[in-house]
Amino acid sequence: MSIDTKKMYEIQSVLEIKSSTFFVPVLVLYTNDLVVIEQRLLQKISQAPDFFRNSPIVFDLHELNHHNDEIDVVKLVELIRKSGLFPIGIRGGNEFQNAQANSIFIPVDNTQSIAAEISKTSVPTSQTVVKEVVVNNAATLITQPVRSGQRIYVSGDLIILAQVSAGAEIMAEGNIHVYNTLRGRALAGVQGDTNARIFCFDLQAELISIAGDYKTSEDLKGTVEKKPVQIYLQNHALIIKELG
Amino acid sequence: MARIIVVTSGKGGVGKTTTSAAIAMGLAKRGHKTVVIDFDVGLRNLDLIMGCERRVVYDFVNVINGEANLNQALIRDKNCNLLYILPASQTRDKDALTLEGVEKVLEELSKDFKYIVCDSPAGIEKGAHLAMYFADDAFVVTNPEVSSVRDSDRMLGIMASKSRRAELAMEPIKEYLLLTRYDPDRVEAGEMLSLEDVQEILSLHLLGIIPESKAVLNASNSGTPVILDEKSDAGQAYADVVARYLGEKRPHRFIDSKKGFLRKLFGGK
Repeated sequence: MSIDTKKMYEIQSVLEIKSSTFFVPVLVLYTNDLVVIEQRLLQKISQAPDFFRNSPIVFDLHELNHHNDEIDVVKLVELIRKSGLFPIGIRGGNEFQNAQANSIFIPVDNTQSIAAEISKTSVPTSQTVVKEVVVNNAATLITQPVRSGQRIYVSGDLIILAQVSAGAEIMAEGNIHVYNTLRGRALAGVQGDTNARIFCFDLQAELISIAGDYKTSEDLKGTVEKKPVQIYLQNHALIIKELG
Repeated sequence: MARIIVVTSGKGGVGKTTTSAAIAMGLAKRGHKTVVIDFDVGLRNLDLIMGCERRVVYDFVNVINGEANLNQALIRDKNCNLLYILPASQTRDKDALTLEGVEKVLEELSKDFKYIVCDSPAGIEKGAHLAMYFADDAFVVTNPEVSSVRDSDRMLGIMASKSRRAELAMEPIKEYLLLTRYDPDRVEAGEMLSLEDVQEILSLHLLGIIPESKAVLNASNSGTPVILDEKSDAGQAYADVVARYLGEKRPHRFIDSKKGFLRKLFGGK
């Protein structure tokens, strides 16, 4: 090996910049009253302190700005930090709020408007491993099989026409419909919607979950197979019921 | 423009290299100028299966690094003058392959060849990723057992999301199933997944079933692709695969047990 190529190799192995997708909780604010926000936030955190400890969080001001409720971003960030969370981004802020955020090194996320644009014009497909559609209540349609190792996350309902393989993971903040065999993991109502349901033609799932309550394939043994079923939550128990 | 075929599986030892050698030879024998590339840098095997290991001077990595040109590295097959082999490097590892380098080589080969067969290494890391990245068609080689089926499923997922066709939102890679090492007797005995079991999980277009056969090992040892052994069941199965890939309609063979056939013939249970 010549010296030059050796040098090249060393240069290459020092660092690499890769593109990656992350899931981060989003704090959506409906009031600009900092006192009330602090109260409720601490209350939420106390429900799952391990989950929230040192967790990164993006705050969303879209609703506030929609109603022209002003809020001081610097004070808000201070408040969030005090609660033990790490604010890592602002979403839905106006020009002034974004500038305020930038001045204290909080990055501005403007993907929401872009995602809204895209979802208006095209139906998302299963081409990427992790899908995130930011528009609420919009259903995402997938026509290709979801293969082992693929993950899909949508904020609304998820409709899948093909099979979901063992080792795949599908997650929706709303309902999940699988008009085929479900073999992977299916998690509906992942943001806590206890009314979310899972529907599938043939339940052979590794795991099913609604709003955090789950059953594994071991619990599912001997229940309905090769029949269309729906799964819903009743008093924190998952009910599996044949359709029709 | 050449058609780029990747022979892939995820799992090792299922018959990727045997398949690559056989279909490349089959395509060339039918009059299509074909090149088969060994992407398994560091674990070079294709040259052995093709019987050209003594003629390797330059390899794929040399070409990528500009240390040799393609014509120096390509080896013409001794059985068919329309078939060429681009061997892998044995002394390097998969990091020697780069996306740009592979693209350049494939582009150059595309000008001259009708089919480019990429023999993928096992796994889902860099070598396998680069082998499938530019593909138009994928031959997914699967054995009738659960771990192989799951690995194939994983590979299919990666192709659906991380190939060039996926990234550019082009028409997706055409995926074909090749069920290898199929033993109808063991399927009947319940020791092996059946074709139906595999298809239920993968639901792919079946290009062919290659029966478990002594001819495969003999062919590997002698360095002649098994498809040239026209008397053998595996050789005929690969010939069928190539014909089906080229658009011919041929019924699937080697699905049923021979014993079962005899039993049917003599009216036994």
